[in-house]
Amino acid sequence: MIAFWILALLMIASAVFTVTAKKPVYSVVGLLANFVCLAALYLELQAEFLAVIQIVVYSGAILILFVFVIALLSSGVRPFDVGPNRAPHILYPAIVIAVLALAGMTVSALRTPVAVVQLPVGQTGDANAFGSVGNFGTALFTTNLLPFEVTAFILMVAVIGVVLIAGDEDPTTGVVRRRKRPGAREPIVKSEPTIR
Amino acid sequence: MSVAPENYIALSAVLFFIGVVGVISRRNPLIMLMAVELLFNSANLALVAYARAWANNAGHIFAFLVITVAAAEAAIALAIVAVTFRRTPFVDVDEVSALKG
Repeated sequence: MIAFWILALLMIASAVFTVTAKKPVYSVVGLLANFVCLAALYLELQAEFLAVIQIVVYSGAILILFVFVIALLSSGVRPFDVGPNRAPHILYPAIVIAVLALAGMTVSALRTPVAVVQLPVGQTGDANAFGSVGNFGTALFTTNLLPFEVTAFILMVAVIGVVLIAGDEDPTTGVVRRRKRPGAREPIVKSEPTIR
Repeated sequence: MSVAPENYIALSAVLFFIGVVGVISRRNPLIMLMAVELLFNSANLALVAYARAWANNAGHIFAFLVITVAAAEAAIALAIVAVTFRRTPFVDVDEVSALKG
């Protein structure tokens, strides 16, 4: 009970930090905290497999990808920093409308009770308990086999797309696309030490 | 479940709101992408909360699908950002207007 409120506060704080941080690296740290808290919430909701996936895929793979891209981009000319807000003159009315909408959503969510199906007592930790790896795998490979194959297809399309978009060579013509970035630093060439 | 599912849904709504504010108000493409990840995660939280409330693991399958799509989206979007940045160094998504009609 108290764990939920602590985790909820941590998640909201880290989400706000992610969105308001000045530099993308700080945002990544905030997002990492958010994902770890979310994994803990998944554990509390008895979604063990999803908690592990959350840590491995999100915190492990996606965030590392973000860090790599930030390191790649900020090695260049100017710091990869943030400009001012996009539309300052509509900021305050937008904030008012958004907070009202959020309050409405939250209150209606809290006012609508959801009937909870009780799980059998003492089943937690069992190999086939609700949300365990066995339970999830059985559901994934029997009733939901098609969605599983669709995920495999999506990942393959993503890999091919990334290579097509960001690869050095145009795969249809074999032409190397890499060209010098305007304003990029010259590589530092060590001159021979002069002997006086 | 010791906490009522409504609380999870409300938390999910708050996180979704923060993510939307991030997507709308930030100009840095990387931070916008991270805000999109926040959106995915808040949707996942609602899915998993309802899955537990109704003791039906179809919600888990759906959350798994969402995580896969998020991974693919992050990879492709970051590739696009890297390629665009290679062409012209930018820090503002409003500066990238090569496809503007």
